[in-house]
Amino acid sequence: VLAAGLGVGRAALPEEIAAWDKDIAPDGTGLPVGSGSVEYGEEIFSETCASCHGEFAEGVDNWPTLSGGFGTLDREDPVKTVGSYWPYLSTTYDYIRRSMPFGGAQTLSDDDVYAMVAYILYSNDLVDDDFVLSNENFLEVEMPNAGGFIVDDRVVTEYPHFTSETACYEDCKDTVEITMRAAVLDVTPIEDTPEPVIEATQ
Amino acid sequence: MTDKRIKTKQTHPPSRRAFLRGAAATGAGLAASAASAQTAPDPLITEVQDWASGTGDGVDATPYGLPIEFESDVIRRNVAWLTADTISSINFTPIHALDGTITPQGCAFERHHSGAIELSKSDYRLMIHGLVDTPLVFTYADLERFPRINKTFFLECAANTGMEWAGAQLNGAQFTHGMIHNMEYSGVSLRSLLSEAGLSAAGDFKDKWVYVEGADASSNGRSIPLEKALDDVMIAFKANGEALRKEHGYPVRLVVPGWEGNMWVKWLRRIEITDQAIESREETSKYTDTLEDGTARKWTWVMDAKSVVTSPSPQAPITHGKGPLVITGLAWSGRGAITGVDVTIDGGKTWQKARLAAPGQPMALTRFYLDIDWDGSEMYLQSRAHDDTGYVQPTKTQLREVRGLNSVYHNNCIQTWWVKKNGEAENVEVS
Repeated sequence: VLAAGLGVGRAALPEEIAAWDKDIAPDGTGLPVGSGSVEYGEEIFSETCASCHGEFAEGVDNWPTLSGGFGTLDREDPVKTVGSYWPYLSTTYDYIRRSMPFGGAQTLSDDDVYAMVAYILYSNDLVDDDFVLSNENFLEVEMPNAGGFIVDDRVVTEYPHFTSETACYEDCKDTVEITMRAAVLDVTPIEDTPEPVIEATQ
Repeated sequence: MTDKRIKTKQTHPPSRRAFLRGAAATGAGLAASAASAQTAPDPLITEVQDWASGTGDGVDATPYGLPIEFESDVIRRNVAWLTADTISSINFTPIHALDGTITPQGCAFERHHSGAIELSKSDYRLMIHGLVDTPLVFTYADLERFPRINKTFFLECAANTGMEWAGAQLNGAQFTHGMIHNMEYSGVSLRSLLSEAGLSAAGDFKDKWVYVEGADASSNGRSIPLEKALDDVMIAFKANGEALRKEHGYPVRLVVPGWEGNMWVKWLRRIEITDQAIESREETSKYTDTLEDGTARKWTWVMDAKSVVTSPSPQAPITHGKGPLVITGLAWSGRGAITGVDVTIDGGKTWQKARLAAPGQPMALTRFYLDIDWDGSEMYLQSRAHDDTGYVQPTKTQLREVRGLNSVYHNNCIQTWWVKKNGEAENVEVS
């Protein structure tokens, strides 16, 4: 227990806490009462989200893909979506309600968000088209990659191997060959770097 | 404004670049060592220059100044193709052109998820609630009444060097290593604010969390173990002596020493003590590190020991020819203080110990130098950081052996610059 404070600040009112405390934990703590259907979700997704995320949540241009990508996480370019990657459905509800749509955040009703989440589940083939998501059945939805995360294990898998004790200073390798060059890709927006002096000017 | 610029130009006619060209044209160049003789008198010496005759600007010309125009290339840069738009995006600190350790705020990198918002001190509110004895609301003025601390720390984006996982891609230290800044923060310990709310309601601290979020639309909510929060986390309202810049969280941001930049929540508005991690978007979808087998690490908070040679580098080529050369760079570790930096000029065949400009400070940037006599031959420049836990910065090959190519975040590998005979440098990978 920490020592008593300075008496600075004032008590937060319940209405104030309710207005800002919107986070939802994986066990459903924080979920509001409400529900929404895939059918209604499709309608509002099309109006509010599809211009960036695509009609089927497949993503437009560089904007995030929300659906698909199953079975790609161990491939060269994994497609990490709500369906293929996100471990908890709570995050989807929480994030959409608080931060989407991009540029018009916190404009959706709680029921709208349930419908939106239901549609994203449908676009990932995780529920049928007649599905209705609510605070009652929220935790029954199984997220495919729920078991796909491990807590930071660098202390075991890396730190014992990356140690000063074995750092080499002399005769560390025989040859050094260039294996990759950034200039070949040429994707750097450099303008106006100073010109090096060529040998002849000396 | 326009008039002032014209006036300035008239007062100081030769730009630095023109000066370099002019010097080279005399035949001596800046390559001149003690041995090379000046064949003709230098007009910059023999002729009275305007600045030595007329007058400069009055003290009322610049109430708050910007760098002189000759330094106009020392700026943040954006790489358009990296993100879908510039609102949820990143820019880069010009570390290739800086020295010392303190990052000027005006060119210190930015990373926003819904843009840099404008939040006045009078509109600012900070709420502490959850498993506390008394949930509280603070105004900005309240925060200034708590006992103050000053500490210097680096903030490195978890994605710094992330574009380099698969190979050498961006050609410059600014782009490969510039998602970083280092500032002296003034503020209040989070511990003293939590103490004000009272933590007897939290019970055992070991399994409790602090969920923090910003006032912006993205919120950037993150979960932090209560033990870290009570250890060294700060609420900062000044950086490098003055108020935080708008883009760095004005008027209040979180400072989380040694931990990935995403957790340094800007425009901080809410702190909730919880009995579980919230597993928010920024700690599930993002800031999780996918391994080769498709599983992903989560809660990879600490930024491991890392370093980079900032000069010479692709944006800072050698322009003076053979002879004395200053190799310099930055080293840092989220696990403690830098104890040493090794530098190789032959791609890792042999290494020598660089000189630290000052003893390494915990979780802050450290400047290193290696002064060599360059014979004009090619170099493969690398630096290797050591921290006080005994950790040594790994090669990219070593990291890839553990993680594969898709981790996105936490790339602290050794960087190679290929310095060519003409002084140009290029980002490469070597065997």
